[in-house]
Amino acid sequence: MSEQVLGPRTRNIEPEGNPVWDYSLIQLTFARFRLFFREPEAVFWIFIFPILLTLGLGIALRNRPPEVTKIGIVGGDLASVLRRDKNLAVTVMDQDSGEAALRTGRIQLLAIPSSRGVIYRYDDTNPDGRTARLLTDRALQHSAGRADPFKTTNDLVREPGSRYIDFVVPGLLGMNLMGSSIWGLGLAIVDFRQKKLLRRLVASPMRRWEYLASFVLSRLAILPFEVIVFLGFAVAVFRVPLRGNLWQLGILCVAASLCFNALGLLAACRVRTIEAVSGLMNLIILPMWVLSGIFFSADRFPDAVQPLIRALPLTAVVDALRANMLQGSGFASLHRELAVTIAWFVVPFFLALRLFRWR
Amino acid sequence: MHHLNGTLPLSIHGLRKVYGNVVAIEALDLEVYSGECFGLLGPNGAGKTTTIEICEGLTLPDSGAVEVLGLDWKHHAADIRERIGIQLQETQFPEKLTVEEILRLFRSFYRRGLPVARIIETVQLTEKKDSRVGGLSGGQRQRLAMACALVGDPELLFLDEPTTGLDPQARRHLWELMADLKKAGRTIILTTHYMEEAERLCDRVAVMDRGRIIALGTPRELIAGIGAEHIVEFAVDGFADNLHWDALKNLEGIRCTRLENGRFQASASELHKSVPEIFEVLASRGIKLTELRTHSATLEDVFVSLTGRNLRDE
Repeated sequence: MSEQVLGPRTRNIEPEGNPVWDYSLIQLTFARFRLFFREPEAVFWIFIFPILLTLGLGIALRNRPPEVTKIGIVGGDLASVLRRDKNLAVTVMDQDSGEAALRTGRIQLLAIPSSRGVIYRYDDTNPDGRTARLLTDRALQHSAGRADPFKTTNDLVREPGSRYIDFVVPGLLGMNLMGSSIWGLGLAIVDFRQKKLLRRLVASPMRRWEYLASFVLSRLAILPFEVIVFLGFAVAVFRVPLRGNLWQLGILCVAASLCFNALGLLAACRVRTIEAVSGLMNLIILPMWVLSGIFFSADRFPDAVQPLIRALPLTAVVDALRANMLQGSGFASLHRELAVTIAWFVVPFFLALRLFRWR
Repeated sequence: MHHLNGTLPLSIHGLRKVYGNVVAIEALDLEVYSGECFGLLGPNGAGKTTTIEICEGLTLPDSGAVEVLGLDWKHHAADIRERIGIQLQETQFPEKLTVEEILRLFRSFYRRGLPVARIIETVQLTEKKDSRVGGLSGGQRQRLAMACALVGDPELLFLDEPTTGLDPQARRHLWELMADLKKAGRTIILTTHYMEEAERLCDRVAVMDRGRIIALGTPRELIAGIGAEHIVEFAVDGFADNLHWDALKNLEGIRCTRLENGRFQASASELHKSVPEIFEVLASRGIKLTELRTHSATLEDVFVSLTGRNLRDE
């Protein structure tokens, strides 16, 4: 072996190979890519899971032809009258089985004819129950001769852009950007720290900012694919509209990614174990999943907590994505959301840099 | 042959480091000469790793001065890092990167250095260059760690327990590599708790115990310092009386050290005289000898005779 060994140290060995590939920032970024794509779970969570979730929600909550309301009626006398209304599916049942069906949600309302007229049994806190009450009552009153004194007409709106799937896709996009950025950075950094690899890197002449920058670069490089695959699916399968400027949509995604990268960095800046950082990241992520209006509008929370909710980064990101995609709003009308997102990038990022533990 | 160009690869003066209320190292002075392989020897917890990590710029000392290649960490950290090679204890490289990818990455950190292919050849991982770390054996991982230390073509190498936990064959493999590096004129600073390793590889060793250097010299000098070339190790049954101990201690030509659990170690210059004398003392007192071994003195024995403890007791 001694023939092959390094030999005396010489001062004039040139840097080898292709200077661009061998630049340390590029090598660090490559390493991130490799580690990401060689981790099947990570690829699943970032690329496959959001699509499955969208597909699931899209199927479960698809716009069906106007739903028939299921009701039960005790005794067959009035059943034929009610069956004339196409919005009602009427089942004749006895009182006991009717009560059971009502309790288990198989019917929304049970109509019980009695000596004092018809009694409606239904849950008035359930919108479907109230609908059943209105439809049943209208059908019975009309058949008994009531006429509408006031003339009205219906103009039905069933176009893309106002459905639940349209509402939820920007929410899921925001949620996905948050999850991939925070988990991607947090786990990778703490993993390196736990394996004492961070220490080994710092002992070499590696420039520290390049190490951190490589995370941001690799995330930004994966981002277009992540966004295009997801939105492409939503547009192709559910015809979700993209009404805003696509460049601005791209910039929003980049800003969101940077902001959540900073939060991931902050979560990982001192922690030594994967368990600890997982807990910390869940602490950041879970409240926003609930509060930030991914699946339902954040407006439903009480007014008192609205300022807090509006200050959360995910709320700002999701609101901005929705405004861009569904209303076609430009940056001019998104000042507040952009400001919140940028603030959540700048503050955690510099905080994390100050607190970062390189060992 | 030392002081070739006037600057020492490493010099340490009055180094002290305290963790909480545990003094890790105390009043440590050390000089390492150019081209030598220097061993820091001692049991776990002796302060070897703390010392070497201060030298590597990874730990700040509480007081004292460290100069690496004539430079201090405070003002020339980047320069020093370019010129030293480091292997840390228990670095785990990412399982899913290949040998070549990791070396390419480390190579990119250095302004100058050696071609990756040549390093891989040097540590004999050519056949494994496309294997992921997850598929390497313990010895191969250690050689990869060594390769990362060599990739910047360092003037000074710090190796922290490079062979701990390896099987004998893998260990011998690394010894060959280190011997070759030494031949090539690199200065190597090595920590180990294997005395055999230090004896084979090191030009000089410092024996550390409880944060201090308790002996310093060439392995030959240190062994000669015990005052005898042979070591007699024996164990007895039912040895409770201190009077017996006095009889053993006062035997002529023997320096006897009492270890735990009825075990003894004696250094002797003339085995054919000393062993019968030990037999006689034990027999006359009705003490049963359960074990007896003799060997030529090693650095291990140096540690025992200096501290009264075995190296791996802790």
